[in-house]
Amino acid sequence: MSLITSPHLDAPDDFYEALIDAHRDLSIAQSHALNARLILLLANHIGAQPVLAQALAAARSTVQSTSAADITST
Amino acid sequence: MADVDFQRLRFDYARHADQDAPAPAQHPVVVVGAGPVGLALAIDLAQRKVPVVLLDNDNTLSTGSRAICFAKRTLEIFDRLGCGEPMAAKGVSWNVGKVFFGDAQIYAFDLLAESGHERPAFINLQQYYVEGYLAQRAAQLPLIDLRWSNKVVAIAQRDADALLSIETPDGRYELVASHVVACDGSRSTLRELVGQKPQGRIFRDRFLIADVKMSAVDQPAERWFWFDPRFHPNQSVLLHMQPDNVWRIDFQLGWDADPEVEKRPENIIPRVKDLLAHSVMKDAQFELEWASVYTFACQRMACFRHGRVLFAGDAAHGVSPFGARGANSGVQDADNLAWKLALVLQGRAPDALLATYCSEREFAADENIRHSTRATDFITPKSDISRVFRDAVLDLAREHAFARTLVNSGRLSVPAILHDSPLNTPDSAPFEGRIVPGSAAVDAPVTLPDGSEGWLLRALGDGFTAIVFDDDTPLAAAAIDGVPLDVLSVRSCGQAQDGVHLIDREGVVAERYDLLPGSVVLLRPDQHVCARWRRPSVEAVRHALERALALH
Repeated sequence: MSLITSPHLDAPDDFYEALIDAHRDLSIAQSHALNARLILLLANHIGAQPVLAQALAAARSTVQSTSAADITST
Repeated sequence: MADVDFQRLRFDYARHADQDAPAPAQHPVVVVGAGPVGLALAIDLAQRKVPVVLLDNDNTLSTGSRAICFAKRTLEIFDRLGCGEPMAAKGVSWNVGKVFFGDAQIYAFDLLAESGHERPAFINLQQYYVEGYLAQRAAQLPLIDLRWSNKVVAIAQRDADALLSIETPDGRYELVASHVVACDGSRSTLRELVGQKPQGRIFRDRFLIADVKMSAVDQPAERWFWFDPRFHPNQSVLLHMQPDNVWRIDFQLGWDADPEVEKRPENIIPRVKDLLAHSVMKDAQFELEWASVYTFACQRMACFRHGRVLFAGDAAHGVSPFGARGANSGVQDADNLAWKLALVLQGRAPDALLATYCSEREFAADENIRHSTRATDFITPKSDISRVFRDAVLDLAREHAFARTLVNSGRLSVPAILHDSPLNTPDSAPFEGRIVPGSAAVDAPVTLPDGSEGWLLRALGDGFTAIVFDDDTPLAAAAIDGVPLDVLSVRSCGQAQDGVHLIDREGVVAERYDLLPGSVVLLRPDQHVCARWRRPSVEAVRHALERALALH
């Protein structure tokens, strides 16, 4: 199995709203704590290490390309 | 038999005839360092008929408890060396662990050790007991020439041997050795003398070990681990039981702690009292037995051999203490090296066999370093975000079983599986189960020829063993001159009798090794699986033996 990156959410707008709602009234530190718990719960649900590794790589690559662009623009 | 007070034992220096020899005496093997690794190696070599000179720079065994967790595989090696029994008898076994975060227990676990093994998953036993029992065993072996207060101060590497300069209470002398094995610990003199430095990560953290002797505490042996307890905020604490009512307490102190200040009893005792107030041993009376402040590194030498010198144990590699991989992996180094060195010295195997000591144990060291680095990174998060995830895992662990699998306060030390060893013969038929070529043999209950109950590993000799299941294949003809091969006939039922050595009375041998009638498993002298077949020819077994001797 590989990481699904094509549209797969039942209700994208509902999920996004629920995600933002979950963080309502939290400090940055509390939001970090929530995100960490959420990642761990979802990771366990997925289970498969190759899929998780692909997700980590996909997430990291967009962060890296963004920061690389930031550096070249300054 | 009353316990010997191993910590107080002093071993007298005795002048050796070599010190008066007109020319340096020649020896096949000199082992430097009579700690657990050097003693185990010397015993193993002597059992293989190799005379060995064992040098130690002082005249005592381990000071303080130091290594306290000895794993099943290590005990099985000690059994083979003839001294596992007193260790297992003296050691403390535990199964229940409790994990605390802040003030509250977040969960408890039971190791539920798998049955069908003679030895438990591990025991807690002070290093001085282990060294003491090893030293008692070594004293029974006339081929071991143990010289206390003999310190190596120089080495000259030559083509076929090495010249050692040794300092003693009455002057220097020299020895020539075909092979030198450095088992002289994390601050190895030999490593320095050959100009090598280990490479890896040094952790900027300090830990305080306090061994305290409790009086009148009747407490089950449990392992308690606190993350960030109120009595020691932002740090971790470990409480572990040893024999003689001694408890090991490990306090993480952080990098800024002053080791000299922290080592003072007046600073340790309040810490211990605070901890006990938070445990079931509230108000218990105790005495401080030993204390030490330490730092650690996860690192190893790039190569475990330099010329005529082989390195084993802490001299070759270092790990964090979490997971008990220091002394255990060192004893496994000795287990791997002894038979190879013996066969090379006896001219039965080429020098290439010694190269596999390095490749196999460097691989094992990397695995140990990886595990202990992971535990260390969990216990002492190195960044803010690492801390956020660590605390998230601990919080989730209260309610969610999955998160408990992520809590890492040290993973149980198990032997490395030498998957890629050049000594393995790849499978030619499918096998199920956990055991693969490169695995250490796994124990199982059996019935012996006299009808008594025994254990598979105890039936293995010092040489190669071919386990033949439910069949009469005559494999003795596969043996190579001068290299012992035991053919061990195991039957699924019936009586042990002539030609049948063991009965697999509970079917555990067949299950663990996935054996069918005619299956054969070939074990190396260090009890690692190196080949297996469904029904091999004599030629196939001989070929696998040659491969395991690095003959091709």
